[in-house]
Amino acid sequence: MTSLDPIQVFRTEAAELFEQIEAGLLDLLHDLSNQSQIDAVFRGLHTLKGSGAMFGFEALAAFTHHCETAFDRVRKGEVPATAELVACVLDAQDHMKALVDTPNGDHEAAGDVLLAKLQAAVGGQAARGSVVPAPLAAPVEKVTAPAPAAQAGKGFRIVFRLPVNAMANGTNPLGLINELHDLGTCTVKADLSRIPTLDTIEPTDLYVGWDVTLVTDKGRDAVEDVFIFVMDEMELAITEIGAAAPAPVSESAAVAAPAASPVAAAPAAAEPASRAPAAAASAPQPADAKHGKTAENVRVPAERLDELMDRVGELVIAQSRLSQLAGSSADIQLRSVSEDVERLSGELRDTMMVLRMVPVGSLFTRFRRLVHDLARETGKVIELETEGETTEVDKTVIERLADPLVHLVRNSIDHGLETPEDRVAAGKSRTGTVKLAARQSSGEVIITITDDGRGINRDRVRAKAESSGLIQPGQQLMDQELLQLIFQPGFSTAAAVTNLSGRGVGMDVVKKTVEALRGVIDVKSEPGKGSEISLRIPLTLAIIDGLLIRVGTGCYVIPLSAVEECLELSVEEDMRSRGRSFISLRDSLVPFLRLRDLFRTGTPPDPFQKVVVISTGDERVGLVVDQIIGDHQTVIKSMSKLHHDVVTFSGATILGDGSVALILDVSHLVQVGQNQEAQLRAAG
Amino acid sequence: MTIVHNKQQFDRLWNGGEEVAVLTFGLSGETFAIEAVVVQEILDLLPETKVPGARAFVGSVINFRGKVIPLADIRLAFGMEASEATIDSRIVVLELEIEGESTLVGMRADRVYEVTMLPRAASEPPPSVGMRWRSDYIDCLVKRDGEFIIVPSLDAIFDAEHDAVAG
Repeated sequence: MTSLDPIQVFRTEAAELFEQIEAGLLDLLHDLSNQSQIDAVFRGLHTLKGSGAMFGFEALAAFTHHCETAFDRVRKGEVPATAELVACVLDAQDHMKALVDTPNGDHEAAGDVLLAKLQAAVGGQAARGSVVPAPLAAPVEKVTAPAPAAQAGKGFRIVFRLPVNAMANGTNPLGLINELHDLGTCTVKADLSRIPTLDTIEPTDLYVGWDVTLVTDKGRDAVEDVFIFVMDEMELAITEIGAAAPAPVSESAAVAAPAASPVAAAPAAAEPASRAPAAAASAPQPADAKHGKTAENVRVPAERLDELMDRVGELVIAQSRLSQLAGSSADIQLRSVSEDVERLSGELRDTMMVLRMVPVGSLFTRFRRLVHDLARETGKVIELETEGETTEVDKTVIERLADPLVHLVRNSIDHGLETPEDRVAAGKSRTGTVKLAARQSSGEVIITITDDGRGINRDRVRAKAESSGLIQPGQQLMDQELLQLIFQPGFSTAAAVTNLSGRGVGMDVVKKTVEALRGVIDVKSEPGKGSEISLRIPLTLAIIDGLLIRVGTGCYVIPLSAVEECLELSVEEDMRSRGRSFISLRDSLVPFLRLRDLFRTGTPPDPFQKVVVISTGDERVGLVVDQIIGDHQTVIKSMSKLHHDVVTFSGATILGDGSVALILDVSHLVQVGQNQEAQLRAAG
Repeated sequence: MTIVHNKQQFDRLWNGGEEVAVLTFGLSGETFAIEAVVVQEILDLLPETKVPGARAFVGSVINFRGKVIPLADIRLAFGMEASEATIDSRIVVLELEIEGESTLVGMRADRVYEVTMLPRAASEPPPSVGMRWRSDYIDCLVKRDGEFIIVPSLDAIFDAEHDAVAG
């Protein structure tokens, strides 16, 4: 766990960069002149190239270099950003992903095609041919782009200072200087001004800065490439100096300053003072932004968080045992300590939950690309709206929701939205809208996918369900029941199977995934106006509020979010319902299950039976229990594989006295109840 | 199928060596042995929680230091009667690979004897007839001091696919 595979580290980083680049590109599509997005894309590409080369992804680095060069020209205003260019780079980005995933695969042909397109996209406006498809295998450092800014015979003054711990981190400043030497004639001067007194000196720290005057015909890119791996942390100022190479800045220059050309001399004399402004004046590099970010965030492997979560869970359990002991003790000091521990562990748990929360926005951004691609593929004009990106959800939930949401969005676009012509004919705007929204509501997050398309055709759904035997011909169904049929395995109403959807796989998987997260799917649809699919998912998977009940001798937990109300089962209702398991609850009949029978407790029932009414969506079921103990913060422990055949329980938890209570799977129980109801109805 | 299966089990148990370290324990008057490497811990009896609807031989769960783990009674897997707990009853916590996942499982024992070495030379595969135990659940029998020690095949018993013993 502690030894991180560097390749894996790079892949994680690359995935983030891709996300950043993609977001930038898509934003750029909306506003082609947005300079900050152009810069963002360029920075992403640049970093990708650099780290790619560092981790041995040479093909990636070489390929990315061309995209970077293209964007560099856009950035400098030589070429306007065009939709083709953005589309081209988006495609190129997919290719880069392939290069990251399978660095040794055979990607050369595909890469060449993309590069040719890229060249066409920027080359059209370029005065001089600039993007030369260099051989892909060429190491990136050698591929110095003929950036028009760099002319032969010029030079640079490079003032740089590495971070104090640079040598401890394995950076060799001499190596950097040697690389500069390779570029042309160098004059190197050390800046010793920051060397501390002997008693405070750390032998492994680096206190020396350098001032290098380089005469070269290479461009600024070549110089920056030298520092590419350390650029983010260092102070670096690269200033271009005139075509005439200045007299070498040597020790004497400091004394005989006026003799040299002004550019070279002035900074040399005012050396310490020049450092700070020089750093600020450096070429627009990610240094500043990136530096700020790394200082605030710590990247922690998710499994460590999970481990911490487990520990906190155990602490909560231990704490509740302590409270129980303290509660039965007369020792006031013990009680006060126990109360402190209770408060602390409660706070710790809340903090822990927050640590695992990630904004839904990270999930939503990936849909912009999907919608962009789908729009191109289907020829429909689609606008994606998102709302509530800041809503936070447990990380695991987000990860598991990604695929279901992709299916749902695809479905909305493929089945829901009409072609522009059809939309105009139906009196709607040409542009179809798909809206992704997230909001929080009492321990649940609700994610809705709304489209303003044609809506779900109920007759088609019915016909399809009848023909595939899911329902009897002419069977009476509630509207919601009919709509829920689309989540049946093998169900698809698309007449033609397209690349996107219509294979009938997916929707049932979506439902299963959501249910596995203890969530619920609701469908609303209005013909001609559109559909709305909402997923209601609990905020976290690890801890829930539960209602503790007793059946026979065993304690069980019912998730509190599912509990509607508790009431007493009156004696006459108890007697009357021997044959038919219904209670009337404010004029509606609610089927109920006797958990004692279901669990075969074999003990005599308590004299006053209670009913806990639970619901999922619109369906309600009463559970008859012996005693309602109260609410209980529940740390969910999953059941082992040996109990995977037991569907009545979704997990287990440990109570204050150390005993285990099982958590009831509400949706399963409701199903059992509904089946029972159906059977009773059928029996008349 | 069972013969081939047992042969593999048998070979794996000995793993080319001549001896294997085991923990011996008693169940319904018979002596059993399981590989010592899978044994995590031996516990006194703990409060149990019944899991309604589970297969009989894994009918309950226990709290093993903050983890909820199943408690198995391999007697019931063999189709034998359960017996009352006594002062000698223990729970042996095992770490097993179930469907590719490392899982902690508690196992009842009427009494626990010792950790000892079993010689391969004294072992023999279970006879296919004349046993009162299901032979496909047994790795081998080892003769010692005029008695047979039964080495159960935990993989076969805990294979979640086995629904034949559902109770």
